[in-house]
Amino acid sequence: MQEYLDIVREYDVLGAFWVNIQLAFWAALFSLVLGSILALFRISPIPSLQWAGSAYVTVFRNMPLTIIMVFMVLGAWGQLEFSLATDFDTNFFWLAVVGLTIYHAAFVCEAIRSGVNTVPVGQAEAARSIGLPFVAAARLVILPQAFRGAIAPLGNVLIALIKNTTVAAAASVATETSSVMRTMIEFRPDYIYAIFFTFAIGYVILVTPVGLLSTSLSRKLAVAR
Amino acid sequence: MKVEKTVLFDAPGPRARRRILLGNIVGAIVVAGLAAVVLVRLGEQGQLEPSLWLNAVDADAWAYYYWPGFLATIRAAAVAIVGAMIFGLVFGVGRLSSRLLVRTVCGAVVEFFRAVPVLLMMVFFWLLFANAGLPSSSYWGVVVALILYNGSVVAELVRSGVHGLPSGQREAGLSIGLTRGQSLRSVEVPQALIAMLPALMSQLVVVLKDSALGAIISYPELLQSARRLGSGNSNILQTLTVAAVLFIVINWSLTKLAERLGRSLKRTSGRTGTTAAGAGVAAVGVSAAGGTDGDTGDAGDAGEGGSGGGDGT
Repeated sequence: MQEYLDIVREYDVLGAFWVNIQLAFWAALFSLVLGSILALFRISPIPSLQWAGSAYVTVFRNMPLTIIMVFMVLGAWGQLEFSLATDFDTNFFWLAVVGLTIYHAAFVCEAIRSGVNTVPVGQAEAARSIGLPFVAAARLVILPQAFRGAIAPLGNVLIALIKNTTVAAAASVATETSSVMRTMIEFRPDYIYAIFFTFAIGYVILVTPVGLLSTSLSRKLAVAR
Repeated sequence: MKVEKTVLFDAPGPRARRRILLGNIVGAIVVAGLAAVVLVRLGEQGQLEPSLWLNAVDADAWAYYYWPGFLATIRAAAVAIVGAMIFGLVFGVGRLSSRLLVRTVCGAVVEFFRAVPVLLMMVFFWLLFANAGLPSSSYWGVVVALILYNGSVVAELVRSGVHGLPSGQREAGLSIGLTRGQSLRSVEVPQALIAMLPALMSQLVVVLKDSALGAIISYPELLQSARRLGSGNSNILQTLTVAAVLFIVINWSLTKLAERLGRSLKRTSGRTGTTAAGAGVAAVGVSAAGGTDGDTGDAGDAGEGGSGGGDGT
């Protein structure tokens, strides 16, 4: 047991999780911004923007995240010489954040749109019929309900994002959990089960509160219809 | 182009139509401009040279790289989706069991594998099988990890599918003398399975996409083949594009197929739906509150299961 704890300390398991948390934080922030813009495109009445939004979602939802990550490193950085920092490790970190953002923005867009779709047309018709103009109807009647409907799907996207930060291994981020776990098992195969369960439990601890929080929030704020 | 109807906007009048037209033209110019900027930048870097692209799509590339890679992807995904269905059925029914112990164990297993990233499981099983000296350890690493994750998602689909059935189905089963287990197996689960066919198909898309994670553990699937081809000719950008287009076309068609299946299922099982609704109306006098409570709860369950499944890697 003591020997195993020494191994955990030697390979800095907590540090590895911290890298994944940072990846998840920045990617969540940026994909929320990009996804909201895409959702605005898709619910706008302008056909060209609708087309752009749905083309983006179709392309990136049907593409494996691994391809995007490999593309960021071997295509964008290796072949096109596109870099985000002079330092190797920092550069790979931000390339991974960009890859995660591109991929998850499509899911954020769909989550927000599904929130808007939970609002029955009758709500909008009622708002108009009592004389509310467009902005007031959107601000007072439709969007508050839409945001509540979007909580549960957005929570699911966040959970998927946290788990998907491990794919940063494909973007050469060597300090994140799946790469560290691989190195640890390769050097200490005698502890293979303990190592896997350490990392697995770490993710259970990270993911479960997000799921519980989003479920309880969406239940508490659910619109009774 | 068909204008999508949204709840936010009323049918436009003449002035709004003019504004939409203006916005449409501006939007189209901006989108086309962005695409043009990307193409020009690529051209400046010499990435649009025909030789780079021809190398990525010639007969040798297909015969020696994409096709074997595609077959490897399909081999892993096909075994994984079948395994995931079996795993999902066993654990989904287990979660509905009337025995507390079975229910708890199945619940813990399903929740555990749903929370652990697929890549961690792949790396673990790959190294485990390799250490044990098994042949093609990376293939089995991919398959086992995909079965465990997607099987847990399917288990949730089974559970929410059974919860979504009208309660009369179980009551009818019990009243003709079936035990709860028998009614579950021969009455409720078969109906839930048909209702969840479209969701299962969307899960196949997730499996196909996740199989690309195999590239990280050196399983020679489509992405890995494209990478090898590209690093040979130093046109990895182009070969990755070809692989990505292949994935997009396959997954997009599967998604469309799932949608069509869902619509046609809704049509054929429409009769059960209306009778259920009719029963609900008839039962208003007896237990209106109970009926509506159950309905909203089930809808919530199904929604969570569905979106949770769709949002995997």
